[in-house]
Amino acid sequence: MNDAPPIPQAASRLPRRSAEIVPQARMSGPIPWVIAIMVALMVVAAAGGLALRNTGKAAARELSGGITVQIVEARPAERDRQARAALALLQRAQGVTEPRIVPQAELDALVEPWLGEAVDEQAQGGGQGDSLGVPVPALIDARLAGSLAPARLAALQEQLRRTAPSARVDDQAIWLRPVFGAAQSLQWLAVALIVLLSGATGAAVLLAARTALGNNRETIEIVHLLGGTDAQIAAIFQRSIAFDAIGGGVVGFGAAFVVIALLGRSFAQLQAGIVTGSALGWMDWALLALVPAVAAVVATITARWTVMRALRRML
Amino acid sequence: MTPDAEGEIVQFDNVGLRYGTGREVLSDVSFTLYPGSFYFLTGASGAGKTSLLKLLYLAQRPSRGAIHMFGTDAITMPRERLPLLRRRLGVVFQDFRLVPHLSAFDNVALPLRVSGAAERDIVQPVADMLEWVGLADRMDARPATLSGGEQQRVAIARAVIGRPQLLVADEPTGNVDPDMAVKLLRLFEALNRLGTTVVVATHDAHLLRKVPESLIMRLDKGRLSDPTGALRYPPRRQTGPA
Ligand SMILES: Nc1ncnc2c1ncn2[C@@H]1O[C@H](COP(=O)(O)OP(=O)(O)O)[C@@H](O)[C@H]1O
Ligand SMILES: [Mg+2]
Repeated sequence: MNDAPPIPQAASRLPRRSAEIVPQARMSGPIPWVIAIMVALMVVAAAGGLALRNTGKAAARELSGGITVQIVEARPAERDRQARAALALLQRAQGVTEPRIVPQAELDALVEPWLGEAVDEQAQGGGQGDSLGVPVPALIDARLAGSLAPARLAALQEQLRRTAPSARVDDQAIWLRPVFGAAQSLQWLAVALIVLLSGATGAAVLLAARTALGNNRETIEIVHLLGGTDAQIAAIFQRSIAFDAIGGGVVGFGAAFVVIALLGRSFAQLQAGIVTGSALGWMDWALLALVPAVAAVVATITARWTVMRALRRML
Repeated sequence: MTPDAEGEIVQFDNVGLRYGTGREVLSDVSFTLYPGSFYFLTGASGAGKTSLLKLLYLAQRPSRGAIHMFGTDAITMPRERLPLLRRRLGVVFQDFRLVPHLSAFDNVALPLRVSGAAERDIVQPVADMLEWVGLADRMDARPATLSGGEQQRVAIARAVIGRPQLLVADEPTGNVDPDMAVKLLRLFEALNRLGTTVVVATHDAHLLRKVPESLIMRLDKGRLSDPTGALRYPPRRQTGPA
């Protein structure tokens, strides 16, 4: 008990990283998982929106400029005559390319879902392709160069009427318009979902930061009274929350990736032509990767802001 | 001696404190603390000792009056300059205030780390200090696993480790046996001889006699009396060996 107290000389002061003052304060357990779930939902919603947009673009490219001429005529011989006349006219017409009469086999395939296999058998028996007495119109596909203004369609219709009175010209895109409209609505739905989920994620992070602050109030007050700066103290939380948010974001993104890959495979198996254009490109994936990154940044900023606000209330 | 050796370290002028809308727990408190002096702050339980120390260690703003510390106005000082002021203080809190999830070692190292000391300047001094207060084998223990007396010694080690200019200790020997109390007072005296101004709050009259050169501040229901005349005039300087 007689040794002199070992009071140290003043220590040398070097700049140091403030996180080492106190080991990382851990956030309350469920928050990384909440962030993971939110990020997964947001990424899936965003991927759905992007796939829809890609589909819409591909379909629009495919169909734009495409027209269909129907020869709606009950008598098969007259129908054939008018179809050939219309084809001849389209081959001569300015700005019309690739006109072709849709072959009987394709027509059969088109009507089969509505009229059943009987069409085939009847067609073979009847020779002229009308099954069960139902006349199937002849179809001519063609492409129009330039824009598909209604006036051009009307003019073409007028020309065709002279040689083929039963001809009806349709813009191929017209019957897809409701589909495009629905796809557009779904895209807006995806955007709305993302906005709502971002709000919920922000709120979850805010609550988490407050909880962490409450759980560590004692530590904060002690470091504060020992001369710790607001920035030093905020750093303790900021880093731990950033860490948790990045972890949650990576897990959420991974889960979403698996979901998107599986969905993509099952859609690809549909073999429906319209889905092939929906695949996500690397730009899309880059956009999706922004979701967890932004979530981590927002979480970190929210945590810092919450801690700084609480600290400013202390002397 | 410190650069502030010529002037006063702390000056209170007509300081009053009330918590919320309650009555004043401190009234018309005026005093000056000089560098290198050793003060005891005595008074019955509830007299306001802890409240006065909270003002001293910048954990509380007074309701009225003026406080100057280290030559600057502590009340109007911008908030972001307070941490640098706090780093010149060593505080033994009445309730210890150890960081619960840090070991005894890391708790003692905390003030050095906060003020940016290099790790090589931390390890040996902290270990030596913990050994001296008799906790060599408890360095890795969490506060919750330490007895009250052991926690108090960790708190004291943390307060003195940064060799502060002003040491403020609130009932620092309340939980240790008399022998250890005397030993801890010697630690404060040693620090005092190196130039630190020491303020020890205690309701234990025996303790006062253990430090013969000490000056007494007495609080009675929030009012400060001055039995030794220490507070109104420049007191005799401590001239012990450094
Ligand atoms: N945070 C507080 N809020 C309200 N009243 C308090 C608070 N702290 C202390 N007091 C009151 O102030 C008075 C002085 O308390 P304190 O300074 O702790 O005295 P001491 O340390 O001398 O025992 C007591 O009446 C106590 O009840
Ligand atoms: Mg007290």
